[in-house]
Amino acid sequence: MFDGLTDRFGEIFDKLKKRGALSEADVSAAMREIRVALLEADVALPVVKDFIDGVKIRAVGEEVLRSVTPGQQVVKIVNDYLVEMLGPETEEFEIRAAPPAAVMMVGLQGSGKTTTSAKLAKRIQEKQAKKVLMASLDVRRPAAQQQLAVLGEQAKVDTLPIIPLQTPRMIADRAMDAAKREGYDVVVLDTAGRLHVDDDLMVEVSEIRDSARPAEVLLVADAMTGQDAVNVAQSFNEKLELTGIVLTRVDGDARGGAALSMKSVTGTPIRLLGTGEKLEALEAFHPDRIASRILGMGDVVSLVEKANELVEQDEAERLMKKIGSGHFDLDDFASQLRQLRKMGGLTGVMGMLPGVKKAQAQMAAANVDDKMVIRQEAIIGSMTVGERKKPDLIKASRKRRIAAGSGTTVQDVNRLLKQYQEMTRMMKKMKKMGNKGLMRSGMPGMISPGIPPGHGMR
Amino acid sequence: MTEETEGSGWFARMRVGLSQTSFRLSEGIAGIFSNRKLDEDALQELEDLLITSDLGVKTAAKLSASISETRFGKDVSPNEILAALADEVAAILGPVAKPLAVDPKHRPHIILVMGVNGSGKTTTIGKLAKRFKEDGNSVMLAAGDTFRAAAIEQLKIWGERTGCSVVASEQGADAASLAFDAIERARSDNVDVLLIDTAGRLQNREDLMQQLRKVMRVISKQDETAPHDTLLVLDATTGQNAHSQVETFQKMCDVTGLVVTKLDGSARGGVLVSLAERYVLPVHGIGVGEGEDDLRPFEAIAFARSLVGLSK
Repeated sequence: MFDGLTDRFGEIFDKLKKRGALSEADVSAAMREIRVALLEADVALPVVKDFIDGVKIRAVGEEVLRSVTPGQQVVKIVNDYLVEMLGPETEEFEIRAAPPAAVMMVGLQGSGKTTTSAKLAKRIQEKQAKKVLMASLDVRRPAAQQQLAVLGEQAKVDTLPIIPLQTPRMIADRAMDAAKREGYDVVVLDTAGRLHVDDDLMVEVSEIRDSARPAEVLLVADAMTGQDAVNVAQSFNEKLELTGIVLTRVDGDARGGAALSMKSVTGTPIRLLGTGEKLEALEAFHPDRIASRILGMGDVVSLVEKANELVEQDEAERLMKKIGSGHFDLDDFASQLRQLRKMGGLTGVMGMLPGVKKAQAQMAAANVDDKMVIRQEAIIGSMTVGERKKPDLIKASRKRRIAAGSGTTVQDVNRLLKQYQEMTRMMKKMKKMGNKGLMRSGMPGMISPGIPPGHGMR
Repeated sequence: MTEETEGSGWFARMRVGLSQTSFRLSEGIAGIFSNRKLDEDALQELEDLLITSDLGVKTAAKLSASISETRFGKDVSPNEILAALADEVAAILGPVAKPLAVDPKHRPHIILVMGVNGSGKTTTIGKLAKRFKEDGNSVMLAAGDTFRAAAIEQLKIWGERTGCSVVASEQGADAASLAFDAIERARSDNVDVLLIDTAGRLQNREDLMQQLRKVMRVISKQDETAPHDTLLVLDATTGQNAHSQVETFQKMCDVTGLVVTKLDGSARGGVLVSLAERYVLPVHGIGVGEGEDDLRPFEAIAFARSLVGLSK
């Protein structure tokens, strides 16, 4: 349901049609879109405001890279800033405190604490070769303790035997005693889900914290959380001094703005991501991935960087002029194909772009793939210089010769010529609209029919 | 509604939960509007405040625009704005406030309960069971979450608490055949209501959604009018992803109504407003706690007034 941010910027900057440094007006227009994108991704409003103030300062006056559009440039600045705000790449989750070290899992009901407890215990036990004990302090939700016991069996992690009618505090004490006695290195304490506004339960959990003195207090939070994420994270942090956040259900399709909200208001790092229902599905946090996801874009940043490195600027400029003059011949077409291949081919480029599912489907339907690009280059390569300059010359017998020369069929040659005609028609149309910005990338659409030129790079 | 007669009705109960945030919302509005004209800045701030209750950018813009239509440039009091907002919200929510009714024509009346992980399906089933029992129905529960560890035990405990029989097999069993067995049992025991639990699943998991469709097909084969209600349980803490949840579950599984849980927290469930606009799906109830009595009918006006921070 969300449009990629880059698509939106495409629209804004197509209107602006200018190059050089980003002006304040450019940036302000972009920031309005960023605001909406962040809010739709569930980043909390106060955090959105701070973020935009920060990014604005950075973006105004920045030179636009020659090979990219201002829109992409802004996206890169926004993305870089977002990655910074999300905090550093986390190191492997390691417990270095003296044994028995407690890890306390806290959070709202249904955020995924119990599953995460088992995943984390398994990870510590396997990756750090430590002896781990799990204990469920959840005496509220029916069968919660049993749930952890079952998960313990699946994960091959020991769980504290269940004794009915004990209070959470008693269970925590018993777990720590058992750990000391039986030589466990780490104790994972899975607490009951609680609302941060429930004072009694928040007092209860602080008391457990005071008695177990955990090395880690992790807030387990759902990636789908909305604006309330700031309140939740802030309250838990104030009362328990969190050492980290675990974001769960990252395998869903939520944009995960809660990650930025919670990191910003607590300053607490995001340590781990829950990425599936399997017990192995717990991953280290990569700020860049979450950033792209929040902005609703694919890997635009690496595309911008790649474009910068690889697209021969002069070549692109030459093409622009040609298009401007209305003389776009098959040599120019071939040059475009070469540029495209340098950037990793159609699949490579498309894979880096957001919101191209539709285009990809159209491509698949039209049998457009990377092999086709190579074949098309071969077809053009089998033409004479004259034919390339004046494609109208190419009639039936020439087509047969070209097909034979390039190892293709007359149909393939026809298809290429048709595509070329389509492109020249489009270019004339665009010239009329004065939309130079479209061609800036030096990679206008070779993917007709159905996909307008320049779609990919806007 | 028995709640009206209780000293602390559901409204009061929800207000306890909403108090923190709606307090902030009304404080905020008071801050914006006391002694000033409704101008562009004030409207922007109003829109922002609506956004912070998860109404979403579009709905927030629409609501503040409609407030501005009649009041722009005029001196307005905070209370007037709040009341107008509540009216607008209530008008959107009014059509979707429909309690869940058991149809005695169906024996049993089959209710399938679904949602993403951790939204509160099993707890909601326990609360629904309690309510239906109190209304004089015989109720059976089917432990259709055969995936999550101890989900079956969790439902069994709810069965004991509410005095309902529970049909269950073991973890890892096929949920569709469990549903099949449950319907047979419900028929032979002649119960009025059969509540079928399902495993939590993220809506973008195509394979799991197909499994759910299979459960639906098996139910429909047993009784072509069933399931008579297909409930999607939504967590009020959820932000804009609720749209994706409703869209996919409705498309794949013909959701007939919503239950919104965890409204006793500080999340305001504002996303319900934009959901109501877009899908017009009935909201059958709201969850305001972990106890068996903590499922309340959804009342548009009360909800709207709570949302903007007005007392009743």
